[in-house]
This record gives sequence, structure tokens and C-alpha cells, in this order.
Amino acid sequence: MPENKTYIQSFCKIQNNEIILDGASIFKLEPTTFSDFSKKVYQNFGINYSKFFKMDNLSKLAFLGTELLLKNKLDSEEENNIALVFANKSSSLDTDVKYQNSISDPENYFPSPAVFVYTLPNICLGEISIRHQLKSENSFFIFDAFNPVFMINYAKVLLDSKKADKVLCGWVEYYDEEYKAFLYLAAKEGNLEHKTETLLTEYNK
Amino acid sequence: MIREVYITETNCITPIGFDVTTNIKNIIGSVSGIQLHQNSELMKTPFYASIINDEAINSAFAKISSAENYTRLEKMMILALQPIVKKSKLDERTGFILSTTKGNITALENPSSDNFQQAHLGQLAKNVADFFGFITEPIVVSNACVSGVLAVSVAKRLIQADMFDNIFIVAGDEVSEFVLSGFNSFQAMSDSPCRPYSKNRNGVTLGEATAAVLVSSNKENAKIKIIGDGSINDANHISGPSRTGEGLFRSIESALAEAKINANQIDYISAHGTATSFNDEMEAIAFNRLGLENVPVNSLKGFYGHTLGASGLLETVIGIQSVLESKLFVSLGFDEIGLSQSINIIGKNEDKNINHFLKTASGFGGCNTAVLFEKVK
Repeated sequence: MPENKTYIQSFCKIQNNEIILDGASIFKLEPTTFSDFSKKVYQNFGINYSKFFKMDNLSKLAFLGTELLLKNKLDSEEENNIALVFANKSSSLDTDVKYQNSISDPENYFPSPAVFVYTLPNICLGEISIRHQLKSENSFFIFDAFNPVFMINYAKVLLDSKKADKVLCGWVEYYDEEYKAFLYLAAKEGNLEHKTETLLTEYNK
Repeated sequence: MIREVYITETNCITPIGFDVTTNIKNIIGSVSGIQLHQNSELMKTPFYASIINDEAINSAFAKISSAENYTRLEKMMILALQPIVKKSKLDERTGFILSTTKGNITALENPSSDNFQQAHLGQLAKNVADFFGFITEPIVVSNACVSGVLAVSVAKRLIQADMFDNIFIVAGDEVSEFVLSGFNSFQAMSDSPCRPYSKNRNGVTLGEATAAVLVSSNKENAKIKIIGDGSINDANHISGPSRTGEGLFRSIESALAEAKINANQIDYISAHGTATSFNDEMEAIAFNRLGLENVPVNSLKGFYGHTLGASGLLETVIGIQSVLESKLFVSLGFDEIGLSQSINIIGKNEDKNINHFLKTASGFGGCNTAVLFEKVK
């Protein structure tokens, strides 16, 4: 692959009841549950998408981050070839545990397809693809921790091979009220170079 | 110059064999791993599934290790990798990809903090990686039912990105109460061995397996060359395929464009064929849109059931043998075509020279993957 540079066009972080977009805090609540926080984000930013309320927490987190990151960045006239490359540590374990609880007790056996479908981490990619009509490359990975080296390499190969015009990279971790989302848009043009140190600095800030 | 990427080693652990040769012998003999099971710990009513015998796993594992602290799935994965890893040097240019949908999900059946840790896919990957002594961080691909073939695409891309020279992939999933009850809740389970593409098909038969391959930039000992891939979402529905096969259509188009070959150069398709009404119909539509309706196609689900995150890699391993041995294998369970648009289902084993082979898969979340392979000359 040629040594062409890639850039970070925009980034968004969600943690501790706060949303930071391109380094600036755009929404913050006093400590509360994720359910309450996510609903208030939805209301505050005037999002109108009823499917949101059927999603599991991992999908809600990924959905909200993407919603804020892609706002005003999509071409409404043409198709947007934005690949989705997401990863986390806990896969879909938050919903896995809920689903397991629905089948563990023979007296209270109630497996639901609406819960089972969310026992796959890549469902959040499907939700985002549907919302923004992204018929594009998508894949979900599991790592012990945010892995900027992998993200940079994988995004670069998608851009270099012209499989995507832009790549939405995302770390979306959710388990039992503990969450963190760090999403960014990578492309061939931009001002902020797509480098490990930059990503780690922004991720850890 | 874009690096060329090959598959140089393959192996699989399935109910019909613990190596590729035995699996092929059984496929030629139309021996299926699918049987009727009565096991109330897995499901209250009898069910069809393709399940590996516990004793067979344990006795095979005992031949390579005396360790006892591995889960059943970990043993299956180690058994798949062992014959191909033992020939190799594991250095910082050697990657390790593990593909699975549910990993050690059975660990959640008995809640404890140890078991909860074990249910993490990263822990599964670490346990398998440490057995062999991989020194690079494991990469886990968990992308529903395309995971196994997507892992091949990811490996190729990472080698092209010059992150690695060699990548071992292992893919695996188990039949568990978790997945059986889930597919059953969708009313997606067949009450007889699955019949992909058939008129009277009525759903999935689940299965379990592991498969392993070595993906390499080194042409020496190459079994096949990876020449193109695509993994494109339908953007349509999270639990059903697009009616127009849009994502699969685009995934194959993307693979063809990269490989710089035309659809009419494809000699064989190893498709997904889960035997659900919607999946098989969607594939037929996508193949017809690409002019692939006359290309011989099979689904191997009639032999293995749907092995989830293992299926794409397992079916790639068998497809590579088709190319190497110039043989098309029967799409077991097929009788009368039950699709709105015709495709060329392989009705019996036959000889055919195969230069280009296409592997496809589709899954929940609207995901699709297509990988194109070329015979090594």
C-alpha cells in the first residue's frame, strides 16, 4: 500500500453523562442512569427516530455518538460511502446476560426474539446503516482496550483500496451502566493527522 | 504495488471429521453431521442439530495436551489450529484472528465472576493464543453469521496494510441452549434436517464446528489466492435480509471490481443457504442481479447445519478443496427448487475445473460478505 496519509475529520466522545464533540463539551448531565441520559440526549438534540427506543444500550450508545458526529456531514442528494469499523471489549454481554436470564429459570422461561437479536455486537452497525442509509463496508471487532493501531491500519486499507470514501471508526463499550464511546471520521483529506498519539490523547482526555 | 495474499494451510474440526481429508471423504459419501438429539439441557423438545461428540473432542485433545483448564470450545479451536500452527514460527509479523459469534456463552449458565470473565470474547482469544504462544495481540471478529468469511477478508486487508506477513485464523461456535432458544424464538428452526433452496425448506438446523487457516503473503505452498472481497450492509433491517439482496449484490460487485474479473468468470459459488425462506430467496435474487444464475452453487448447511461464526471459514476450507480436487459437491438436502428466480443448485457430486470460486455469507444486522478466490497456477 502506498504511504498516503489519512486524517481525522471530526471526533465525538460520550462518557460520564457528557458528550464532547471535536474537543468541546456540548451536553452534560449530573450523574444519572444511562437510560435517563440517553433519553435526554435524544430529546435535547431533537432526534426524531422511534426505532431508537427499541434498541439495546450498546446500540443506543453507538447510535447517539454517530448521530452527533455525522450531523450536517452527510450528502442528502447522493449515497454516502462511509465504512463502519467498530470495536469494544464487552461485545454484547450486557444484552447476553439479560437474554440468559430469560431462559435460565424454567418457571420463568421467556426467550424473546426482540432481545435475542441484540445478542450480537454488530447489530449496532445495522442500526446506524439503516438510519443513515449507509450501504457500505462494516465490521465489528473485539479488543481488550481501544486499539488505535488497528483502527488506523484498517481504515487506511479501506480508504487506499477505495472500498470507502470515509471511515467511521468507533470504540463503543457498554456493560451494566459502565460505558464509553469514542467515534471519529477518518478520510484522505483533513487537518488533523490520523495518528496513534492523537487518538490516544483524545480518547484518554 | 499491492501485496498478493494466499491461503496456505487449512484444517477443520466437525461432526464428520477432525481433519480436511475425512470431511471431504464424508461429503463425497453424503454423510451429514445432522442428527436428531434429545437433550433437555439444550432444549426441552427433540431437535435436529450437527453436534460434535464430547468424548471425541476430549480424546483428540488429550493427544496434544494434558491441560484440563480449557473449555469445550477452546479445545475445539486449539485442535483446529494445532496441526497448522506447529509448522510455523510465531513472531511479531504473525497475526492471530479469532472469529466467533457467541464464544464461551455457555459460561453465563452458572453465574460467577470467573465464568463471567470467561464469557468475554477477548478472554477466549487470549486462552487460545497463549496455548500456542502468539506474541501479537489477538484480533476478534464478531460480526454475526458472516464472521468466519469476514475474518478471511480482514486477514487479507491487514496483510495488504503491511501490519503482518502471516495471519492464523480460527473460527468456531458451539450449539448451546442460548442459540437454540434464540433461533427457536424467531421460529427459524427446521423440524427436519435443513433443506437449503428447496421448495419445502422450513428453517435453520444449527451446528457446531471449528475451522482454521493460515493466510500469508508467501506464495510457497499456496492452496489458493484471495483476489477480492467486500462486506457491505443492506441498511434495511436488523433481523431479516433485504428483499432485493442489495448488500450481498454490492459485496460481490466490490469483490469482482477489486479482482478485476467479470461475473461470468466465476466457476463455483459456495453460498450461505441457511434454508430460511427469506435468506435463500434473497441470495437467488442477488445472484440473478449479477448474472450468476447458471453458476453451480451449493450450501454446505445440509452437512454441517448452520455453524454461525464458524460457517464462513469452514465453508471456505471445503470450497478450497473443491478447487484443488476439481470437484463440485452436492448441496445436500436439496430436492425441488423453491425460489422465485432460478439458480443452478449442485444436485450431485461432479468433476469440474474451477479457476474462480466465490464464497458468500449474510447475517443478522444486515451484514453480507463476499470473498473471491483464484486457483494458484
